[in-house]
Amino acid sequence: MQKYTQGAGIPRVDHLLIAEMVEPGSRVLDVGCGDGALLQLLAETKNTDGRGVELSRERVNACVMRGLSVIQGDADRDLADYPDQAFDYAILSLTIQATRQPKTVLENLLRIGRRAIVSFPNFGHWRIRTELLFTGRMPRTRNLPEPWYTTADAHLCTIKDFADLAELVDAEVEEAVAFNTSGQRLPIRHSIALQNLLGEKAVFLLRKRHGE
Amino acid sequence: MAVHPTFEDAEAKGERNLRLAEANAPSSKVLRLPADEPLKLACDQLLGPISIAYETYGELNAEKSNAILVCHALTGDQYVASAHPVTNKPGWWSTLVGPGKPVDTNRFFVICPNILGGCMGSTGPASIDQKTGKPYGLNFPVITIGDMVNAQVRLIDHFGIDQLFCVIGGSMGGMQVLEWAASHSERVFSAVPIATAAWHSSQNIAFHEVGRQAVMADPDWCGGDYHSFGKVPRNGLAVARMAAHITYLSEDALHRKFGRNLQDRSKLTFSFNADFQVESYLRHQGSTFVDRFDANSYLYITRAMDYFDLAAERGDVLANAFRGTKTRFCIVSFTSDWLYPTRESREVVHALNAVAANVSFVEIDSDKGHDAFLLEEPEFFATVRGFLSAAGVRRGLKV
Repeated sequence: MQKYTQGAGIPRVDHLLIAEMVEPGSRVLDVGCGDGALLQLLAETKNTDGRGVELSRERVNACVMRGLSVIQGDADRDLADYPDQAFDYAILSLTIQATRQPKTVLENLLRIGRRAIVSFPNFGHWRIRTELLFTGRMPRTRNLPEPWYTTADAHLCTIKDFADLAELVDAEVEEAVAFNTSGQRLPIRHSIALQNLLGEKAVFLLRKRHGE
Repeated sequence: MAVHPTFEDAEAKGERNLRLAEANAPSSKVLRLPADEPLKLACDQLLGPISIAYETYGELNAEKSNAILVCHALTGDQYVASAHPVTNKPGWWSTLVGPGKPVDTNRFFVICPNILGGCMGSTGPASIDQKTGKPYGLNFPVITIGDMVNAQVRLIDHFGIDQLFCVIGGSMGGMQVLEWAASHSERVFSAVPIATAAWHSSQNIAFHEVGRQAVMADPDWCGGDYHSFGKVPRNGLAVARMAAHITYLSEDALHRKFGRNLQDRSKLTFSFNADFQVESYLRHQGSTFVDRFDANSYLYITRAMDYFDLAAERGDVLANAFRGTKTRFCIVSFTSDWLYPTRESREVVHALNAVAANVSFVEIDSDKGHDAFLLEEPEFFATVRGFLSAAGVRRGLKV
């Protein structure tokens, strides 16, 4: 999984959008929390009670040194431990593509959180499509810089694919936002087909349809 | 040398007297609870009067909200950040606890009691039984980690502290932390169990049994009544310590430190002398331990650890120990610790997740084995510092 920060102190655009979606004072679980930037942002701007799960031991330790509540763990293995509806939001930010069982992980997120927020790189972006079309090789972009044989991103998907998965696991999409390459939010009036073509990344706010 | 038949020399006898004096009249502060306030033990006996020897560092604030309880390990004591009265060595955690240290005594009021069953001034088998005028010896009841913690509760009550800001400890100290968090959760704002487990593994019980059998096989143990005969089961206790000490280290650390190097000699002597440095080292560890520790205490404390099982008392579901907890946890393990491996810390983390508790968990990369928790590991120290700072903000403590 490739995590990147846009220089010290400048929050990532997807983080800012997630922070907009989260109600103040809520309980948040950030799965794949990386260096804790989102947890920190949410704590500072939304006064959240945040927890994190992160695979990399170094990043976990860095988070705890910063005073964040983070455990070393694995989205595929450790989400099953958590009780139903333990959090207001279960967040998976640029991580789902690196899990072994994205469907199970998403189902767990929808079970643990009253809402789930998932962001992911969109493999349907025009640049990726053209690169595959013209080079005939697995695309490598700023978002997905690693070659196919080393990347942890084993389950890449497009915005349309993810919308289908949400449907499959009986999740209602409350909000779906795509960003272009310059990090600008695409107009909501765009059709999903257009978002899928122009969006480099997407953020979905979901809830279980027959939940609660 | 520890493993050879020996008689107690004058110096050792002096040490023994000093040690016995510390067991009954410690150099540290001591809380003496009268006979009419006995401690109800897990074995259903009442124990009293009892003494709880302790040290404190720093100042308790007016709100009594900045107290940190440090729980010591099997052979530790209350001298966490000050010199040991028998050995004169610096406090066992003086790298972690002190002014400006991660457990900063400029900010926090640190309390470190000697455990019940110990031999540095809290009531234990080396203490004088007021009924007989002699040391308890094997008349001392078998105690548990829960009993130790209940004695500490009395001490915290004595200070008028409703809620400890933090309870921290490694190894058996970590067991006490978990016991505090499970049985007195409303009195624990944050908890840092380090290099520990929620139950003692079969392998660890096995090692302890080897140690106890070594002590009891020493004729100078005198069926536990060695005090009456003016003896000390030096060889047995030293062997117990030697075996235990191996479990505190990692194979890599031992190899790096000693390899197959010979001790003050150029070739093998074809004898059972300490040819190898590692043998000499272990013998030294054994004999210095005997100078500062009571053999019966060793038996009782290892037994308490063996009996520890947080889940067993709660329907075999560890999560039940933490249901409804508001305590903030920071769990720490070390990669090369095979006595309390990361796997066992992770079981605690899973149980805490199952009740959606506030938990941090870090595994520190170290090749120093179980002993790493007593050593200055920068990543470990930074973790403790960061966790306590953040918890302090949540508790509303002044920075």
